[in-house]
Amino acid sequence: MGMKKNYLKKYKTLFRNNMKIRFVIFLLTFFALSSYSQNSGQISGDFSLNLQSYVEDEAINAQAADEVILNNAFLNLLYSNKNLTIGLRYESYLNALLDYDSEFRGNGIPYRFATYTIDGLEITAGNFYEQFGSGLIFRSYEEKGLGIDNSMDGIRLKYKLGKGINIKSFVGKSRTYFTYAEGIFRGADLEVDINESFNFENETKYIIGSSFISRYEERSNPIFEIPQNVAAYSGRLNIISGGWNYFGEYAHKINDPINSLQESEMNYASGNAFTSSITYSQRGFGVTAEMHRVDNMLFLSERERTGKAYIMNYIPTLSKPHAYTLLAIYPCATQAMGELGIQLDVFYKFKKGTPLGGKYGTKVNFNFSRINGLEGGNSMLNDNIDFSPKLFDFSQELYFSDINLEINKKINKQISYNAVFANQTYNKDFLEGKTPGEYGTINSTIAVLDLSYKIKKGHTIRFETQALFAKQLETATNDEEGDWLMGLVEYTISPNWFFAFQDMYNYGNENESKRLHYTNINIGYLKGSTRFEIGYGKKREGIFCVGGVCKLVPSSNGLNLSITSSF
Amino acid sequence: MKKALIIFSTLFLIANTNAQEKSLPNIEVKTLKGKTFNIQDLDNEGSPMVMSFWATWCKPCKKELNAIAEVYEDWQDETGVKLIAISIDDSRSMSKVAPYVNSSDWEYEIYLDQNSDLKRAMGVSTVPHTFLINGNGKIVWNHKGYIDGDEEKLFEEIQNLVSK
Repeated sequence: MGMKKNYLKKYKTLFRNNMKIRFVIFLLTFFALSSYSQNSGQISGDFSLNLQSYVEDEAINAQAADEVILNNAFLNLLYSNKNLTIGLRYESYLNALLDYDSEFRGNGIPYRFATYTIDGLEITAGNFYEQFGSGLIFRSYEEKGLGIDNSMDGIRLKYKLGKGINIKSFVGKSRTYFTYAEGIFRGADLEVDINESFNFENETKYIIGSSFISRYEERSNPIFEIPQNVAAYSGRLNIISGGWNYFGEYAHKINDPINSLQESEMNYASGNAFTSSITYSQRGFGVTAEMHRVDNMLFLSERERTGKAYIMNYIPTLSKPHAYTLLAIYPCATQAMGELGIQLDVFYKFKKGTPLGGKYGTKVNFNFSRINGLEGGNSMLNDNIDFSPKLFDFSQELYFSDINLEINKKINKQISYNAVFANQTYNKDFLEGKTPGEYGTINSTIAVLDLSYKIKKGHTIRFETQALFAKQLETATNDEEGDWLMGLVEYTISPNWFFAFQDMYNYGNENESKRLHYTNINIGYLKGSTRFEIGYGKKREGIFCVGGVCKLVPSSNGLNLSITSSF
Repeated sequence: MKKALIIFSTLFLIANTNAQEKSLPNIEVKTLKGKTFNIQDLDNEGSPMVMSFWATWCKPCKKELNAIAEVYEDWQDETGVKLIAISIDDSRSMSKVAPYVNSSDWEYEIYLDQNSDLKRAMGVSTVPHTFLINGNGKIVWNHKGYIDGDEEKLFEEIQNLVSK
């Protein structure tokens, strides 16, 4: 009897601890389900592998990796049958690429879930991604390029209460690397489509929504009273009429001080954020105007942590996400602790046959954005200080500004181009957390010409020339990087091949020994839903951002192989 | 042994799947007018549909959809095809979708997949990613990425489908 118990215990431990066994069981479940339901169930998924070798290169400050080759990979599997969906993701970091946090280490199945829908109720158990409103108080998402995945693990319910009324609610913990953060999140969101739910026939559509989030984390501070349950809530309004669209959201978060033992570091101030956008468009023309103000709105999955892996809300950057390299050398990052920003976009198409439109029409996009700090910084409240900044003050320290014009034109059947002119101001000291005066603020003027020439059916050659002229707005103690040039030649053969060669040259670096070339060569092969790419070259140290969340990419020199595929 | 089993079962699963034509997932997206729309309700009266995942910040995506826009009328006349463009823009750039689409004169059906639910359900890891859906709503072909001229290959696939 005793032996049997022991055996069972051993088996249980083995089951609990061994990822591979759990994986096999999951696969077998899939396998069983798929064979029993040949007629209606289906399986799909996707795969990605990214392998990079790292060689030391002192000139660009690139480190060699002890492992020589580093590797990130994942495989998603989804099984769906009528109202049921089951999915998992196997992830492998052996070891993680240098631009990923090193806590991504080893293999595992950090993502698995089952979702079932019945009578308007959708039930999810396991991992899920969710966003309330525009994300000001809660967004759980993945951004592989940034190494962000804060998927929730828990239970989520979505329910259609009636026509046009949707409720979402969940409890869960958020993923950080291969484990979960301390905080337990509870949330609910209500969205009402007024026209639909009240059978209200109107040209103008009104959608209102409201969200609530609460994080529980045990208090361990022996001196100060800090809330164990931190609540945040928001309300939003969307009005759509003809070519017009207005969206506004206000969010509030109660005080959430860190576990400090010093009074001066405690901040009992609450946080708030407001975002607003208005859009008008018609055939050939569109305009978007946006603004937001953020004060003390960092919402973490563990109160004492720092780092993007622990951020649970999303405050999008109010600047254009640029696709060309030199336009993105100095990217803007959102300051959740406090900022005030505005953005304007105008899209216009000069019609075919007009002087500016030519034979095919000409498309232009004008974009302007400006983000500055709050007067005196974010709100602060403790026994010694009670401060809240002015509501609107555009005269404060500038963080980032960008004014740019993009022109897209097809000249004839062979030639088309895309040109961008921009002037950006980047407060490097502030945005990169340096000591004031270290790098100062950089003003850069950038020009890009991207020209495609179709040689014959399926064969296209593309040239990209980019130049960045930098100007230091205050003297800095560190060397200025100065001016850059970039050139790219790409030859593509549809539908299978591409070859690219590019060189970035920091010819204007104040330090002559740093006037370096960063050359890269890439070859890609595409077939249906599979893509192979091999590249070799040097990457510059820099900041890479998506949606205002950034990561520091170290300089590197080496070979890169990437394979992505879906089925 | 365990490894072999993993590899074997994975391969088996893949082999098993390729044999079937896939249907669209049961996922809700939003229209530009704020309406909720279940992607399984897509319909083109028995004619094929092209579903293209794109974003306002994605250069090759816009290149692809602008290239198709020029020949879209001809494609429609010849094959009755309809193009569904799924924007994966999140709250940073979502408000630019309608101005971009309208100013570009696109005649496509546009949907917003703000939380990437549809993107995940269809195994889309990078944009652009284009799917061809037959008259019965089954996915019959798909292609990752866009390089100049790819739209001609896509049109051949549509023609093959229609002439079947």
